[in-house]
Amino acid sequence: MTVTMWNASDVAERVVNQRPLFILDVRNEDAFADWKIESPSFEYKNVPYFDLLDGVEELVTELPKDKEILVVCAKEGSSEMVADMLSEEGVDAAVLEGGMKAWSEHLEPVKVGDLPGGALYQFVRLGKGCLSYMAISDGEAAVIDATRMSDVFVKFAEEKGAEIKYVFDTHLHADHISGGRTIAEETGAQYFLPPKDAEEVVFDYEPLKDEDTMQIGSVKLDIQAVYSPGHTIGSTSFIINDEYLLSGDILFIDSIGRPDLAGKAEDWVGDLRETLYSRYRGLSDNLMVLPAHFMDMKEVNEDGSVKRQLGKLLEENHGLNVKDENEFRRMVTENLPPQPNSHQEIRETNMGKITPDTERKREMEIGPNRCAVRG
Amino acid sequence: MNAQKVLDAKGLACPMPIVKTKKAMNDIDSGEVLEVHATDAGAKADLAAWTKSGGHEILEQNEEDGVLKFWIKKG
Repeated sequence: MTVTMWNASDVAERVVNQRPLFILDVRNEDAFADWKIESPSFEYKNVPYFDLLDGVEELVTELPKDKEILVVCAKEGSSEMVADMLSEEGVDAAVLEGGMKAWSEHLEPVKVGDLPGGALYQFVRLGKGCLSYMAISDGEAAVIDATRMSDVFVKFAEEKGAEIKYVFDTHLHADHISGGRTIAEETGAQYFLPPKDAEEVVFDYEPLKDEDTMQIGSVKLDIQAVYSPGHTIGSTSFIINDEYLLSGDILFIDSIGRPDLAGKAEDWVGDLRETLYSRYRGLSDNLMVLPAHFMDMKEVNEDGSVKRQLGKLLEENHGLNVKDENEFRRMVTENLPPQPNSHQEIRETNMGKITPDTERKREMEIGPNRCAVRG
Repeated sequence: MNAQKVLDAKGLACPMPIVKTKKAMNDIDSGEVLEVHATDAGAKADLAAWTKSGGHEILEQNEEDGVLKFWIKKG
């Protein structure tokens, strides 16, 4: 029997195509309960590796015979050990190379649509539910809400023969570390941040203002900033080519942004309501909403993208259909899910106040994003 | 704190700190204390979970210059 190594792409392919897989997660129980590889087509079993040191004979009887088995741990070492032990008992099992660390960092680029002289790409971070974007038009590119894995974006632009001209963050992120600043430094692009979110930022940036319009490519593709506070005070959405609405952490497919991650829930709930119930309702129903996160695999389309028409969301998303203002206020300020892990440290990193090493950054980002509230 | 045995698991990645700790525990008697030094950040949560499931007890732990130290009483 053999132990095969799978990389994160192998797993991503099974998630997106909803293929069956049995995940044997050998991390400790708390880690598993906090966060795992999510897919409706997967089956799970969690047995900590340290409970298997005396043997896997008992475990073998509980494993399926008709399904692929993938052993997962935090980094890889423990799952390799367990897979080796299983192999000695005659069970074929694969190991996730790099473990949950690699899964958290994996980005899957998906084309969401054509643009004049180019296309718009969504970078789906399945492991954490983060979505980043790159608009390319006639050899120029703009990157929005890039994740920490900056080299993925830089290489992607290179492959497409495009020069990154602008880098934007829709807001100061609290759940993941932005790659925006690094990309801008490496490519010479301008890095834009909403100034109201950037008051404590310690590096130079370009202030992004409501109704600013930037252009890329010779066909002059429009990227229009729309001030849309609520998740944070500076939150800004983007309308690209009058077709796409990049909604940041304000509006998701099946939920809306939570206003409390900077500790200002009561102050920002009014802004959130105003943005979702007035400002967004004034936009064209035909805009394709492209959020900065998803929370559930149900929000991922068959082609691996996360997008939905604004008109449809205005009808179907519960968070956009709470008539009573007080009820809305209660919904977004009470009974909120726990805050993302290390959210304060992540915010400080994104402000440039602290510069943890890569290993620490990885640890800070472990776990789901938890940026939404569902009614 | 007085330990009957000291285990140096510095520089070792998961699962080795726990594998070695488990082995070292076999060399001491119930009620005696094993001192473990590790540098793998994952050891913190895993050692806590492992000692609990094995009926042992972490009496004390600290972190100095990136080295995690644990004093585990054998159950």
